[in-house]
Amino acid sequence: MKASLFAAGIIAATTAVAHAETLTVYAPDYFTSEWGPGPTIEAEFEKVCDCDLDFVPGDLLPRIMLEGKNTRADIVIGLNTDVTAKARSTGLFADHGQDNGKLELPIEWTDSVFLPFDWAYVSFIFDTTKISSPPTSFEALRAMSVDQKIVIQDPRSSISGLALILWVKAVYGDEAEAFWSDMAPRILTVTKGWSEAYGLFTDGEAPMVLSYNTSPAYHIAFEDDQTKKAAIFDEGHYGFFELVAKTSTTDNPELADQFMAFVLSDAFQNAIPMTNFSYPSAQSESEWPQVFADLPAPEKALFFSEDEAAAVRAEAIEEWRRALSQ
Amino acid sequence: MAPRAVAITSAGLVTALVAIPLVAVFDRAGGIATLNAADWAALRFTVWQALLSALLSCVFAIPVARALHRQRFWGRETLITILGAPFILPVIVAILGLLAVFGREGMLSQALMFIGLPRIHIYGLHGILLAHVFFNLPLAIRLILQGWQDVPAERFRLVAQLGLGPAAMFRVVEWPVLKKTVPGAFLVVFVVCLSSFAVALTLGGGPKATTVELAIYQAFRFDFDIGKAATLAVLQLGFVGIAAAVLMRLVGAPKTDVGLGREQVFLRRMTPMRKLLDLLVIVVVASFLLLPILSIVAAGVFELPSLPSSVFQSAKHSLIVALASTALCLLFALPLATFKLGQTISLFGFALSPLVLGTGLFLLIQPYANPFELALVVTCVTNALMALPFAVRAIGPAFAQINADYGRTADMLNLTGWARWRWLYLPRLRRPIGFSAGLVAALSMGDLGVIVLFADPDRATLPLQMYRLMSAYQMEAASGAALLLLMLSLGLFWIFDQGGRRGFRT
Repeated sequence: MKASLFAAGIIAATTAVAHAETLTVYAPDYFTSEWGPGPTIEAEFEKVCDCDLDFVPGDLLPRIMLEGKNTRADIVIGLNTDVTAKARSTGLFADHGQDNGKLELPIEWTDSVFLPFDWAYVSFIFDTTKISSPPTSFEALRAMSVDQKIVIQDPRSSISGLALILWVKAVYGDEAEAFWSDMAPRILTVTKGWSEAYGLFTDGEAPMVLSYNTSPAYHIAFEDDQTKKAAIFDEGHYGFFELVAKTSTTDNPELADQFMAFVLSDAFQNAIPMTNFSYPSAQSESEWPQVFADLPAPEKALFFSEDEAAAVRAEAIEEWRRALSQ
Repeated sequence: MAPRAVAITSAGLVTALVAIPLVAVFDRAGGIATLNAADWAALRFTVWQALLSALLSCVFAIPVARALHRQRFWGRETLITILGAPFILPVIVAILGLLAVFGREGMLSQALMFIGLPRIHIYGLHGILLAHVFFNLPLAIRLILQGWQDVPAERFRLVAQLGLGPAAMFRVVEWPVLKKTVPGAFLVVFVVCLSSFAVALTLGGGPKATTVELAIYQAFRFDFDIGKAATLAVLQLGFVGIAAAVLMRLVGAPKTDVGLGREQVFLRRMTPMRKLLDLLVIVVVASFLLLPILSIVAAGVFELPSLPSSVFQSAKHSLIVALASTALCLLFALPLATFKLGQTISLFGFALSPLVLGTGLFLLIQPYANPFELALVVTCVTNALMALPFAVRAIGPAFAQINADYGRTADMLNLTGWARWRWLYLPRLRRPIGFSAGLVAALSMGDLGVIVLFADPDRATLPLQMYRLMSAYQMEAASGAALLLLMLSLGLFWIFDQGGRRGFRT
């Protein structure tokens, strides 16, 4: 009798000491690192939720797919539009329950499951000390001297590389393969991921690299370096959106809902630009840090819906591969 | 347990650690997948570039190992250690280092343009081969050099006494050494290059240089077609198996070659011409291997003092992982090095794509425990598994030689079981064991392996922290972290390697 009372006391004590609840959030590695938005977001959310926010870093889609219904995640943050078809088909994600009308995006957002938390335009970044007259369209890029090399990422292993392929497909349609054939001699090399390509660019190996139009903000804000600029194309740029979603298996739906609402709040949105170097999804231009408001941006956003992207993806990659394998 | 039982147990364990996760992946995927034309093209290209890379690495390694073996000069030991650096570099660091020298804007191109010549274009098959030779030449040199150092000193004395010319010297001393070491070195380099991905793609200049590992990565990350990933991984394993079967046949049984374990001395004066040639070989290879390393040092050295404390914290985690992996790896490696099949089995852990291995382990662990809590354990085990072929390759030939030399004497003395290990093998294996431990520790420092699925939220390793810096645009700080990683890896390698050489007496 005494023993069981004692045990009951211990159980009561431990539950009282621990936070009421834990919210488990799967996120990409860069997101949770001390240089990413993770730490600020964790601190801000814990101020208002009386809970413990627990980030788990790593590859999102493969892990969710492997875990299936047993996933420990309540929230998955950092997916992007090019893998949502696969993610959606698992049935592991629930409606986000937020008002899409609060979003400030260059395209209309109608998805009720995946909610964008940041965005940027896929762009070529060039070094102004090496390229004095940057291309203003794909046609100008195509006509550039073959000595002006660019580095891109492989669409088969990199999400930004895939976005470029879709961008070209959106602009050129059936002519995409011919475009890539003309580009082949200008492409210095193709890398596995963004880091390798951007490293080659900052090391001076190539004067132009595939990245985002928001990348120069880092160099301006932290290095006072004005020599890295985005080339803005008349055709418009492909939009790149990073998404957050709530799992349908969460055992903590209220807390998960609270987090989804938090994503659109200023506490979250303010943390995005200077840690993730992208635009916040639910703030208008006047609310952005000055350096972001000053960035050159295209007139128009191009974007394939999930279904359109799924329909053209394999073909677009194959055209790219053929043209660059000549 | 008798040593024989330990050997069988080790072989069984390593096989199980590779086979069970693979079966788990197939089970989940519901069977093997069909491959398309692009996959087959990737397979052909992968095997082709791996064969060429292994061939070139060995061809270049032979004269270098010979020169390093027979010449004595100030700083020789240090040079031998530092020459190993490329092999233990994280891929992304090595790519940037190589391109700082051989790239379009690299040192070499700058120098060529300065004297009015066109710059070099490194991107293509030749770029891949250059990079793979850069990575693997150090390993091949060390494995072949090891064979040379195991030749009894008396052999060289005899050669000198008899006044044998170069041709006879080659037949009597050098050919047996090469025959014993080169097939194994070729095999290991072939296996390493078979799993090349980021290097092959970047230096290869684009999708022409698509390897199987890229196809596995794509299947895993984008399409989540784990059946296809596993099917490709099995084909990769198959090539390793074939290569092992062919090459291990070339390694004849060692002949008795006994000496008194004296320090090797070269009594005969070498002609100045030969000495000059040797030194030239050493200078050329050292520049090739060390210039990219120097550029990495130059890029990172001023960043070192300002690195954030979390980088040093992650360095500590990496050190712990490296030491644990090393201990585990040697436990597997020593028994496996004692028989030929064991040497082949040791290759499988490395040859199985880490993504597929990681997926299998994840599937096996997930129903019972939280995989993230086991992250460091899994990392240690997989690092040990992946470094196994290098350790076994370094120890195996030396073990066979000891048996050939002293086996019969030991048998006559009825020196068996653990006593045989204590008195015969271990003292004579000190040098290869030290070398292997250094190699394994250094490789485990730099390895990202299965981290994509088993990332520990609170205990990042140093390479992971370096990648995080890069994703946060902090390329300079990342160079500092890369240099720290290089220093720690080389430091570990040096400590173990020297430990193996000190007091090397039999």
